[in-house]
Amino acid sequence: MKITLKIWRQKKADTKGKLVAYDLNNIDPKQSFLETLDTLNQQLIAKGEEPVAFESDCREGICGVCGLYISGTAHGPLRETTTCQLHMRTFKDGETITVEPWRAKPFKVIKDLVVDRSPFDRIIQAGGFVSVNAGNAPDGNIVPISKKAADTAMDAAACIGCGACVAACKNGSAMLFVAAKVAHLAHLPQGSIEGQKRVRAMIAQMDAEGFGSCTNTYECGAVCPKGISVDFIAEMNRRWLGATLFDSK
Amino acid sequence: MLNLDAKIPSGPIELKWQKHKFEMKLVNPANKRKFNIIVVGTGLAGASAAATLAELGYNVDAFCFHDSPRRAHSIAAQGGINAAKNYPNDGDSIFRLFYDTIKGGDFRAREANVYRLAEVSNAVIDQCVAQGVPFAREYGGYLDNRSFGGAQVSRTFYARGQTGQQLLLGAYQSLMRQASAGQVKLHPRTEMLDVVIVNGQARGIVTRNLVTGSIETWAAHAVVLATGGYSNVFYLSTNAKTCNVTAAFRAYKRGAGFANPCYTQIHPTCIPQTGEHQSKLTLMSESLRNDGRVWVPKQKGDKRPPAQIPENERDYYLERKYPSFGNLAPRDIASRSAKEVCDQNLGIGPNGNGVYLDFADALNRVGAKVIGERYGNLFEMYERITADDPYKTPMRIFPAPHYTMGGLWVDYNLMSTIPGLHVIGEANFSDHGANRLGASALMQGLADGYFILPYTIGHYLASAQLSDVDTSHSEFAAALADVQARNAKLLRLKGKRSVDSIHRELGQLMWHNVGMSRNAAGLLQTLQRIPELREEFWQNAIVLPASGEEFNQELEKAGRVADFLEFAELLTRDALERRESCGGHFRNEYQQEDGEAKRDDKNYAHVAVWEHKGDDKTPERNIEQLKYENVALVTRSYK
Ligand SMILES: Cc1cc2nc3c(=O)[nH]c(=O)nc-3n(C[C@H](O)[C@H](O)[C@H](O)COP(=O)(O)OP(=O)(O)OC[C@H]3O[C@@H](n4cnc5c(N)ncnc54)[C@H](O)[C@@H]3O)c2cc1C
Ligand code: SF4
Ligand code: FES
Repeated sequence: MKITLKIWRQKKADTKGKLVAYDLNNIDPKQSFLETLDTLNQQLIAKGEEPVAFESDCREGICGVCGLYISGTAHGPLRETTTCQLHMRTFKDGETITVEPWRAKPFKVIKDLVVDRSPFDRIIQAGGFVSVNAGNAPDGNIVPISKKAADTAMDAAACIGCGACVAACKNGSAMLFVAAKVAHLAHLPQGSIEGQKRVRAMIAQMDAEGFGSCTNTYECGAVCPKGISVDFIAEMNRRWLGATLFDSK
Repeated sequence: MLNLDAKIPSGPIELKWQKHKFEMKLVNPANKRKFNIIVVGTGLAGASAAATLAELGYNVDAFCFHDSPRRAHSIAAQGGINAAKNYPNDGDSIFRLFYDTIKGGDFRAREANVYRLAEVSNAVIDQCVAQGVPFAREYGGYLDNRSFGGAQVSRTFYARGQTGQQLLLGAYQSLMRQASAGQVKLHPRTEMLDVVIVNGQARGIVTRNLVTGSIETWAAHAVVLATGGYSNVFYLSTNAKTCNVTAAFRAYKRGAGFANPCYTQIHPTCIPQTGEHQSKLTLMSESLRNDGRVWVPKQKGDKRPPAQIPENERDYYLERKYPSFGNLAPRDIASRSAKEVCDQNLGIGPNGNGVYLDFADALNRVGAKVIGERYGNLFEMYERITADDPYKTPMRIFPAPHYTMGGLWVDYNLMSTIPGLHVIGEANFSDHGANRLGASALMQGLADGYFILPYTIGHYLASAQLSDVDTSHSEFAAALADVQARNAKLLRLKGKRSVDSIHRELGQLMWHNVGMSRNAAGLLQTLQRIPELREEFWQNAIVLPASGEEFNQELEKAGRVADFLEFAELLTRDALERRESCGGHFRNEYQQEDGEAKRDDKNYAHVAVWEHKGDDKTPERNIEQLKYENVALVTRSYK
């Protein structure tokens, strides 16, 4: 296949960036999108030019590091697919593909296609955990959990922290990411005890990081590679309301 | 000569750990905050250790080169984690898990360590449940179990096909809790490039900030390495792209013994390589072997689509050769058998580098819905990569480098030969022997991090003489200068070949000669070729941009590949010196008449521990003799 990649090049966080076009011939439809970027980089290096910085690690759709904006969609055209799981057979021969980093105020560009997603870590630090120390847990079967509750918790826990939801949202809202963690823990008895405190603290941190508010356009759900349901956002809003209205602290 | 005293407690195996816990010195609670501990790596092992040490009151600095601890390679583990709970009432026990793990490792692991692993495995599950890990449940609300390669009991706990992810998120969340409490200082995007030794003790590290490029030193009372495995020495592997050997190798150069580097695991169920562009191989979870049947056509070069090959023209070779374990035979056996049939030109798929993993029987037996519940996401992932639907046509699989049982040598306290340098998780050599059974790495990483190291490191801190040392000490300046010089040398590389292309070439060499089976001729040839490739790297590689004061992925890779180029030689040397076949190490010269591995317990029931003697000197092979008091050294048979 022949492909033209228009890639965002930006030297540093505080320098200006621009789109640069690169033509590639002989792309195998079986190769992945990231392998195409590898191919491009090998060619750039051979010419003595600086390769394009982009992040990837597991290349299996699970570590959440590889997100790119591909021709206007977070993680590209396939639903429920991370960038690393996108293959060239998805594209047309001769197609021009635009590749940009996530664009959201709290995610600063580090270089080219690499952004800083540490705000997500700080949101988890605010309360996205169960306060339990190692060493005293009772037998795992002491508290039975219905299969349904465990499955729902797992549905939410599947979030890979990629940030596509934020990047796709016109307000740069992190609601889907936060809602996923809130729901994961709230559906389990172990996590529900701190539920009210958690939802308040995580939302407060999300606001402090500069993420926008949710106006229910649900672009997030459409691009989420793990199919995290936007219903969790409604659930979180209910929990948040409950926590602010009825909790005395 | 390295001092390889494993410090195994005396007494019966069931009581060793109890006894040791009682006998170890304690750090007074009020004094814990006076100790600083550096933990490098925040995968399952590192995150669980850092969080637990912080819970105990130590000050912890946690480093990783990932942008967030949540992305460590542990996140990718699909299948599950073992424990001896015996919930399914099928006869499991701590002793049986211990026995299976020792036997699975082909009697090349230390009994006491493995027993302890089995003993704490149950607490690991309890801890994870308490953290909110959403393990699979039965309809009655209790934890569900499944069986995994190499085991005849159902002792594997799982969270869909995302067990590693959920376990890591549990440990990561505990780590984040301690970070917000100020007990842990997080240093993401920071790569450790050296260990600092003062008065013979590990007292700090040298790092490079991957965003700004600044090279810094950090002091502490003890250092923990939890930096994962080195399968990427083969270039193509199931490991994440950034997995590497640098931290362990630099520690080796500072005096830490490297144990059994030739023990590498080749996983039988990966998607075959499709072409030259390939950057990594994708694992299909081993749990698939519970319901999938492995076969190849009986006829050489049979190019018919699988559906057109009738039953009597198929060879279900694992079921034929290993009737009691069948498709669940351990990984080394399943992998080698796949290679054998492909070497006989029976391999399937466009490149002949695959065997079928067929779900047709299971689909008929329990239906697509049940199979979808069990493996839905794996099937989807497979289809995404290959464009084939496993509900309709069998998967194509082939073995790939996956896990490394070798690693830095540690004693029973998980301490390396450098006092104060502890090593946990895949980075150490300890519990798996010559082969690793499925679902045991997650168990080991978490056991080390939650329940073993936090005890033993306390003993070290309470008993070692530790002087006041900070980064102004001359050893820190010296290590810093070494790292700077090495970086500068890498940045001067202005040749024609990319770092990746040299890594790829090294990987090919290792895969063909030091992969699934090895022989003296191939190993000797490799030992000759590696220095040439190293020369090629230093003469003809290129690093762009040529500046270290910025985010520079090529520089990161170059440092790691330079270490792989030296480490590969150590691995090959170890394989050459081990003149027997055991577990993941198969020497063609040492096999039984029926092609099974021929172990030599008389001469090789030991750990080989390599000692660095200088860059231009041959490393020295030390041994730790293994003593088996609780299990008989039987020939491992899965027939
Ligand atoms: C695809 C796949 C599936 C698997 N499935 C299973 C399974 O089902 N069951 C099972 O038991 N095991 C499984 N395994 C094996 C298991 O996942 C790993 O062995 C285990 O997770 C390793 O954990 P770890 O904490 O030792 O290292 P890792 O998770 O690899 O973590 C290494 C950490 O060290 C950091 N690091 C490394 N070097 C440096 C450095 N120089 N400076 C700073 N930081 C550094 C990294 O950033 C990372 O945080 C699987 C492995 C793979 C590849
Ligand atoms: S909710 Fe979905 S899109 Fe958002 S971070 Fe999680 S996985 Fe990514
Ligand atoms: S590289 Fe890990 S999700 Fe894509």
